Amino acid sequence: MTEHRTPNTEHRNWEPKILAFLCNWCSYAGADLAGVSRIQYPPNIRVIRVPCSGRINSTFVLKCLQNGFDGVLVSGCHPGDCHYITGNYYARRKFAVLKTLLEFIGIEPGRVQFSWVSAGEGEKFAEVIKKVTEDVKKLGPAKKLVKI
Amino acid sequence: MENIEEQLRETVKKLLKEKKVDLVIGYSKGTLPFHSTPVFIADEKDADNLIFDFTCGNNLAKYLQKSKVKNHGKIGIIAKGCDGRSIVQHIVENQIKREEVVIIGVHCDGVIDIRKLEEKVGRKEILKYQVENDKIIVEGKGFKKSLSKQDILSDSCIACKYPNSPVYDVFVGNPVPIAEPRKPITNNLESLSSDERWAYFEKEISKCIRCYACRNACPLCYCEECFVDQSNPQWFGKSPNLSDTMIFHIVRTLHTAGRCVSCGACTRACPTGVNLAPLGIRMEKEIKDRFGYTAGLDTEATPPMADWNEEDKQEFIM
Repeated sequence: MTEHRTPNTEHRNWEPKILAFLCNWCSYAGADLAGVSRIQYPPNIRVIRVPCSGRINSTFVLKCLQNGFDGVLVSGCHPGDCHYITGNYYARRKFAVLKTLLEFIGIEPGRVQFSWVSAGEGEKFAEVIKKVTEDVKKLGPAKKLVKI
Repeated sequence: MENIEEQLRETVKKLLKEKKVDLVIGYSKGTLPFHSTPVFIADEKDADNLIFDFTCGNNLAKYLQKSKVKNHGKIGIIAKGCDGRSIVQHIVENQIKREEVVIIGVHCDGVIDIRKLEEKVGRKEILKYQVENDKIIVEGKGFKKSLSKQDILSDSCIACKYPNSPVYDVFVGNPVPIAEPRKPITNNLESLSSDERWAYFEKEISKCIRCYACRNACPLCYCEECFVDQSNPQWFGKSPNLSDTMIFHIVRTLHTAGRCVSCGACTRACPTGVNLAPLGIRMEKEIKDRFGYTAGLDTEATPPMADWNEEDKQEFIM
């Protein structure tokens, strides 16, 4: 993780590093579909596969920001499609509270984003990654919360 | 107030005598003026030490979790509005059973914030004080000052909507509702830009020395091991590094979201004067707007973060 600790600021060809937590059953398969369908999307994401979006603890997201990731994306199954029936419903409440608090404390709204992507939505997955990458690029390198 | 204290002592004596409770948690006079100290009374003779006034700022619900207290049998607890709501949260979270506590409700007109008092008086030693209606006359070596009680009230008390415990077994005095509708104090943070808000919180949180007084005073911070104390794995650093400290306060706020009753005990306990209240107040508002839940009012409720609804708003999710 030390690799991410120094934010590569003021670099001319700066490219954001974004961590994507993808749920095993939908979003990860969606990413896979985007891959086998040869849909192009920005190479800025690093993926961590999780069993369910409900597995995400808010501290994971904060730890990413602390270690110098410029953006974090959490993606899971659409409501009603959760492999564990209700995991993403609990996650949704957690994310709502986390997002509100981060914005209130002054983290830019685009840094931490959430999406629902199903296993059949390769196209949507590429769109989501494009949007997140663009948003984070506009914001520039993360400086708040980064541990120096 | 004298009258209430007398009634309170009699009530406690009666409860102990009739063996309705084995231990009563209340307040007695502290060693310094304007300070009170929590007291645990098992013998009715000691009930004369009880006091209740604007110095009683500790949230007593904290002590319900201590094993020494729990093992004592049936607990009586003196509860202001916020203590009462914290007790309700403990019941909702299955930490205690309703029948294990006897809630002795008292009406609270707000407690004072020592820091505000220090600001008014300066760094002088206060030796005694007198209360005359809404005025407090403070005396020390070579000075005497008259203060308005309203000016030194804790912020959370100025915004308080629940001066009486929502649930009680005995009520001492009258459960008078608040006269005028009150609004939370948020320093207009919402109208600032995100960078300005960050600058504000950076300034506040950089005062933090990681003593954990806020956590130790909080009635709802009862985890056996706090996430910042975990060492295997160690999630966040323990030194007062701004990033680590900021995350400590963010996660503490998340952990108390939907449970915090805005009693202000954390802010009053802070030795360096970090204003933590805006975080709790913002969360309270969000939980109410999104999930329609207010902490500490109903013992039968399901905690909002341990619940879900198909219709929950998801405008922030792509």
